[in-house]
Amino acid sequence: MKSRRDFLKTAATGAVLLGSQGKLGFAGILDKHADAAKSKVVVARDAALHGTDGVLDGKRVQALLDRAIATYTGREKPVEAWKRIVPTDKVIGLKVNGLGGKGISTHLALVLAICERLQQAGVKPGNIVVWDRNARDLQACGLTINTDRSRVRCYGSDVSGFEEQQESWGAARVRLSKILTRECDMVINLPILKDHSGAGVTFSMKNMFGVINNPGDLHPTGCNPGVADLNCIPVIREKVRFTIGDAMTSVYDGGPGFHPERLWQPNALIVGEDRVAVDHTAWQMLDRKRVEVGIPTLEAAGRLPRYIATAADQAHKLGVNDPQQIHLMEV
Amino acid sequence: MKLRSMNWMLTAVAIVIVVAAAGTGCKKKVSNSFPASDAVAGWQKTSDTRTFAAKDLWQYIDGDAEQYISAGVVTTFTSDYKYQSKLEAVVDVYTMGDANGARKILEKGLTPDAKTVQLGDAGVAYTQSIVFRKGPQLVRIVAYESTPDTPQALLALAHGVESKL
Repeated sequence: MKSRRDFLKTAATGAVLLGSQGKLGFAGILDKHADAAKSKVVVARDAALHGTDGVLDGKRVQALLDRAIATYTGREKPVEAWKRIVPTDKVIGLKVNGLGGKGISTHLALVLAICERLQQAGVKPGNIVVWDRNARDLQACGLTINTDRSRVRCYGSDVSGFEEQQESWGAARVRLSKILTRECDMVINLPILKDHSGAGVTFSMKNMFGVINNPGDLHPTGCNPGVADLNCIPVIREKVRFTIGDAMTSVYDGGPGFHPERLWQPNALIVGEDRVAVDHTAWQMLDRKRVEVGIPTLEAAGRLPRYIATAADQAHKLGVNDPQQIHLMEV
Repeated sequence: MKLRSMNWMLTAVAIVIVVAAAGTGCKKKVSNSFPASDAVAGWQKTSDTRTFAAKDLWQYIDGDAEQYISAGVVTTFTSDYKYQSKLEAVVDVYTMGDANGARKILEKGLTPDAKTVQLGDAGVAYTQSIVFRKGPQLVRIVAYESTPDTPQALLALAHGVESKL
């Protein structure tokens, strides 16, 4: 197993190769790495993330985030690292997931840690938009609604509304949140890892169900090909380019709702820009937990997350799901 | 002739009103199954009761909606509660098409650590949650925190809900 220093060295080598700006004005790290043939995914863990009282330690969350981003970018200093990821003069959206309610939503500590680093990197507070479907979901994450542009903004699609024009790709025929289409230049995806009664697992790609007006229409047949098709819609594919997945707390069975009897604390962040590779990694983590507690894997339970393979196929080309093509960095 | 058709119309209107009233009465009864603040010692009702028709259930529970819909859910009611101003919980009442639907959901969700509790027709308790069924109603009460008081507090709230079903 490579040491963290080795990883940083590798990532730094990749960073030298970066340089070019994406068409949305990205800071350049996306899609190009030292091992360009592979998709990089960082899994950062801290076993002591939750205190003995079960409450997340905000400082440790910040440190975990810094470690994950440093490993991903090859930059030790958080400010430099974040400048490799986001264009600091653009509006950056943070798409959280509060649908599961207070017990199983993107953690406030993670959102605050990212907002802090974005501002230190030079993003104006008003150019940060934390968003989800509606006020209730945001409040479930512990967030407070704010539309004042002098501070970090936080509101849902219930405030912005959805575009009148329908977008379509494959089976997906949707109207997109105006927060995605009109407000944000780039979106960082902040899903929370959960078992899903239909899809098998919900994480990065599935979180995009929260940016459309009709997610119910994409749920049939295990959300396949709904999830993959949705992520192929150009605005989603191009703007939602980076995932900082919350796997600090998860539900390994009975999801996606909050089931405290099946709660689990992986104490991890899963970071990457290849949404398929990130989801594949998250799925493997969930399945390992299911085996550990003696319940069937998702495949054995008849809930194989087929949409991940669909997203990787030649029609979708959203990323890779072959472990041989994923550069997994565990720190 | 005119008089006869008017009588028919009046009869039809009366039937519609009776049916509508019965339907409203049924919904009202279930939505009123949420104990008011302090009706159960220590428990405050901290939100309005929200109602979801089957077709809109995904708005509340996303992918979980599928299993409820396939079991015949008709309407879902939900409200937030707080115990002694500290412990937060949510009460969901699912009105299924029949008792079999409620049984199906309850049994599907069972895990080995479930403890049987005397609630409704059948019920189980976990450290932080209680699920029971009574006729076509399935009730799920979940606390967001595990404290020494949680199991007993949840049980008391569950009895409060049961008594109003």
